[in-house]
Amino acid sequence: MNGARVSVVTAPKIKVKKKSQSRVIWTRFKRNKLVLLGMMVSILMLTAVLGADLYLNYETKALDQNIRNRFQPPSSEHWFGTDQYGRDEFARVIYGGRISMFVGIATVIVSLSMGSIIGSLAAYYGGRVDNILMRVMDVFLAIPSTLLAIALISALGSSLFNLILSMGISQIPRMSRIVRSSIMSIKEMEFIEACRACGTSDARIICRHILPNAMGPILVQVTQTVARSVITIASLSFIGLGISEPTPEWGSMLSEAKNQMRYYPHLAMFPGIAIVLSVMSLTLMGDGLRDAMDPRLRN
Amino acid sequence: MSKLLDINDLHVIYKTDEDNIYALNGISLSLEEGETLGLVGETGAGKTTIALSILRLLPEKTGFVTKGEIFFSGMDLTKVTDADMRAMRGNDMSMIFSDPMSALNPIHSVGDQIKEVLVLHNPNLKNEEIDKKVDEMMEMVGIPSERKTDYPHQFSGGMKQRIVIAIALACRPRLLLADEPTTALDVTIQAQVLKTINDLKEKINTAMLLITHDLGVVAQVCNSVAVIYAGEIIESGTVRDIFDNEERHPYTNGLFGSIPDLVNKSPRLTPIEGLMPDPAKLPPGCAFEERCPRRMEICAAQKPDAIGYGSGSHFIKCHLFSVSKARDRDMEVLSSR
Repeated sequence: MNGARVSVVTAPKIKVKKKSQSRVIWTRFKRNKLVLLGMMVSILMLTAVLGADLYLNYETKALDQNIRNRFQPPSSEHWFGTDQYGRDEFARVIYGGRISMFVGIATVIVSLSMGSIIGSLAAYYGGRVDNILMRVMDVFLAIPSTLLAIALISALGSSLFNLILSMGISQIPRMSRIVRSSIMSIKEMEFIEACRACGTSDARIICRHILPNAMGPILVQVTQTVARSVITIASLSFIGLGISEPTPEWGSMLSEAKNQMRYYPHLAMFPGIAIVLSVMSLTLMGDGLRDAMDPRLRN
Repeated sequence: MSKLLDINDLHVIYKTDEDNIYALNGISLSLEEGETLGLVGETGAGKTTIALSILRLLPEKTGFVTKGEIFFSGMDLTKVTDADMRAMRGNDMSMIFSDPMSALNPIHSVGDQIKEVLVLHNPNLKNEEIDKKVDEMMEMVGIPSERKTDYPHQFSGGMKQRIVIAIALACRPRLLLADEPTTALDVTIQAQVLKTINDLKEKINTAMLLITHDLGVVAQVCNSVAVIYAGEIIESGTVRDIFDNEERHPYTNGLFGSIPDLVNKSPRLTPIEGLMPDPAKLPPGCAFEERCPRRMEICAAQKPDAIGYGSGSHFIKCHLFSVSKARDRDMEVLSSR
């Protein structure tokens, strides 16, 4: 043993230009054209919806009735035509998107926060905690989520807040399951034990080491949940339990338009296309994000 | 010199649904500041369990210390609160894991991972000072600090193990537990990594518990050796005591018989026949009795005690030596008559 020499291997000095983390993710995200399309459509819809007040007047265009102008076909003045009360269909689709997106995102916030708390507690502590929490989740999971949302709305009354709450609650079981299963597989890995050997606390291990590693599947679930809630709110409004008239909403617009489907199909077509586009772009984007953010898939 | 680590009669069991597995059965060992102790033994002998009980990281709900004490610079680690224990892990004692491929978090850059231990145990340090220390640690293990923003998958196995070593030594711990640090690496890298560990250890005067099943590594690095079999230390002493002595525990002899010898030409190695006893059903006598080439009647019935042999530091747990010692004593008595 000659312990006198300390620097064992002299490190060669290399100058390497480093790309920042977000830049790397962006480069890989760009590579998949379908995903890029999804993101562009999502962003376009989001800006159109968020900035609606800049180029549309909610009161006059989307709410005020103008019976003389009813059932107009698409024209330069009314891009998507007008509905049975003479309201501008384009304005209603745009403002309907506001509701859909707001509800979708709020639902995710409710279900993700509750679901990840429940899922991570269950997975990390295991045993009895896990059993009690997950059996309760199983009970919820046994009820179809739309049905559960309907039941909760009819119990709580139909308002935007109750709608978000009930849809959020009905998504908690799925979310907590995803979180739990990904955490279960990660917490057994050796680097978690290495963290413990470094004196890292439980809360820090969960937040900094386990959850970010579980981000891939959770992120996909998040975008899918947004997409699914857009559909759920539309279907709830379609059967009259969601947003009620005169507030524009894609589902209730479809429901109204179905009576005139034969003569004025454009009234059903535009909100329908809006639903399909938003759901599809969100799903595509989620997939791409997962691939781009996983450092293990990097080449 | 003061004792840094002193383990007294440690018993650990793993409670499973079917059986109680007696993993450690009365381990006693001690380690002085700056000393290196090699723990040698075959798979399942309880080497890693010793390291985990020192860090108190035995698997919850299954692993329990049933008896014994672990003193770390005068503190009994079996009685310290969880918070105190956490403050000590990584700061006063740290561990190097055998598989560097899985011991690093794949989604944080290696610099961040070295930084984390430093931040955890030095909450008052400024960010720049910590960054400086990270760079310093990386250069110390021979990796250019420009690579601190890289992720674990961009490093080779040997480099990852260096990072793990940098994390383990970042807070200059007084005790380093190295659990087979070179097992997952190929032989050329093994030598480099061992040298890194050894040089750094001497530089910051850390005591080390080196867990391995490679006697060659022990001879290179360690001051003293403990051979562990079925949760018991059956032989301990300085490296000289064990490597230069012809009189050894039959199991230790078996271990030496299983390594290739460059001097004596023999067509085959002589492995130890049989398997270790089931740790759930340990025999009442010597645990090695079944496989021992020199077994006697007494071996199956009675557990041997540790007997001092030769120089003061060499201890062997075998009836062979108590018997021969008794015979020596008888001979002495006879000749004196």
